[in-house]
Amino acid sequence: MTSAPTVAPPRRGSGALARAASLAGVAPFVLYVAVFLGIPLATVVAGAFRDGAGQFTLANVQASLTSPQYTDAFGQSLLLAAWTSAVGAVFGLWLAYAVVSAPEGSPLRRIASTASGVLAYFGGVPLAFAFVAALGQTGLATRWLADAGVDLYGSGFRIDSLTGIGLAYVYFQIPLMVILVTPALEGLRPQWREAAENLGASAWAYWRHVGIPVLTPAVLGAALLLFGNAFAAYATALALVNGTVPLVPSQIQAALSGNVLVGRENVGLALGLDMVVVIAVLMAGYALLQRRATRWLR
Amino acid sequence: MRLWRGVILALAAVYFVGPLAAAAEFSLRTGGSGYGLGNYLAIARDPELRGALSTSLQIALATIVLTLALMVPTVVYVRLRLPRLGLLLEGVTVLPIVIPPVVMAAGMATVQAGAGPASRLFDTPLTALTPFYVILALPFTYRSLDAGLRAIDLRTLVEAARNLGAGWGTVLGRIILPNIRTAVLGAAFLTLALVLGEVVIARILLYVTFPVQVVVTGQTSAGVSVALSLASLVLTWLLLLLLSFAGGRGRRGTTGGIV
Repeated sequence: MTSAPTVAPPRRGSGALARAASLAGVAPFVLYVAVFLGIPLATVVAGAFRDGAGQFTLANVQASLTSPQYTDAFGQSLLLAAWTSAVGAVFGLWLAYAVVSAPEGSPLRRIASTASGVLAYFGGVPLAFAFVAALGQTGLATRWLADAGVDLYGSGFRIDSLTGIGLAYVYFQIPLMVILVTPALEGLRPQWREAAENLGASAWAYWRHVGIPVLTPAVLGAALLLFGNAFAAYATALALVNGTVPLVPSQIQAALSGNVLVGRENVGLALGLDMVVVIAVLMAGYALLQRRATRWLR
Repeated sequence: MRLWRGVILALAAVYFVGPLAAAAEFSLRTGGSGYGLGNYLAIARDPELRGALSTSLQIALATIVLTLALMVPTVVYVRLRLPRLGLLLEGVTVLPIVIPPVVMAAGMATVQAGAGPASRLFDTPLTALTPFYVILALPFTYRSLDAGLRAIDLRTLVEAARNLGAGWGTVLGRIILPNIRTAVLGAAFLTLALVLGEVVIARILLYVTFPVQVVVTGQTSAGVSVALSLASLVLTWLLLLLLSFAGGRGRRGTTGGIV
């Protein structure tokens, strides 16, 4: 009860020592992530370079990169991630802009922010079922379209095809984009617009020279995360078609559950390693963009 | 401008409500051409579904407690002492969005198969899944807490409490937590949603959680799966929406804190 400590950044002691001491506060978090995220990933990487007997080998990685079954899966996964993230980013940005221009605390803001949280993070399974109910062979939308003279299944559409799965992916990609870009849109200060207008700028000139340059890094960063999110996602495909699609995650699952060939587990791990490499490249790009994005938006 | 705003809001309403409405219609169908609540009552009839739900609720509770115990002190500490680490923390907590759950599961399965003491962790679904669901909960937990803390004058509150002799436990529990309760509850509800929706890891490691059982049930009776997954989605959303109206009244930034 006698001391009156302050919480200002530490001033005592030599710089390096105080810095090290103050870093101790984040040690539990760092340790936790290292163990429960780091160890599974490290296990995958290590296993990718081992054969069934535990000897070092490059055969798994080579198989994962050359076998047509796997290169096909990579092509499809990347294609799916590319188009669902592009569509999600465009519509998500547009929707976020429409929502942000409503006053804070309005029902629209509340509905959009809560619904996007639930859909973006929880999506997977319910979405798969909802899409089957809507666009499956006996789905409601399918029947309505049929009544209106559009034969969806006659034209080759299937809900368990990659197009069908992608349509369901967009359903969680748009909300994720809304979540990710809303802070950036809110960070556009009204003063900038007023200053531009006072200097005689048109609305277009404001966007061309202020709005778009400030937002671009944040929007691109969010789009990269969307790409990674779709590339990584598997729950929807698992629930929709029990994983029988030519996507990388389903190849990994097949290899792991050993219903392909015995001794294939390590090839599954090599595929996992390939995915991690793709994600690492994405995240390096994201980190660069994020640093630029926060220059103006804080 | 007004027109384009109306266009996107209308498009979004159709695209987002449409499939849910179709799912609701489908879940209410009963055998013939009538409608009824039969599919929703399956949870009461089916002991396997009930058991799985109870497992998942236990995992959810443990995940929420562990996530908050880990993240609240960390985010508060970084905001007070190491504001420069904020960007790094954001970068790390965003990782679970892009790291494939199937790869996490592959790593976990390999650890599980090993003979080390760590494999004991995999004896029950509660101990096996909870630590990893904490990782999956990081993105929205961090965002929610960060937005919540941003909306209050953290430094002044903490300095005032410390000057009056409060220990760090009192500061966290009696000063900070009540002030960011909307953000904390928002993170908790989203964590509940996450646990009720995660199938990939649980399925690959062969644990029967609620969402896994729902998918399995769906192979024989689609109506039940649609009903239960829709109910868990809508209930979570209603909880969050109620929270947003109850907690964010008049205070800037706290509603954004939910996501």
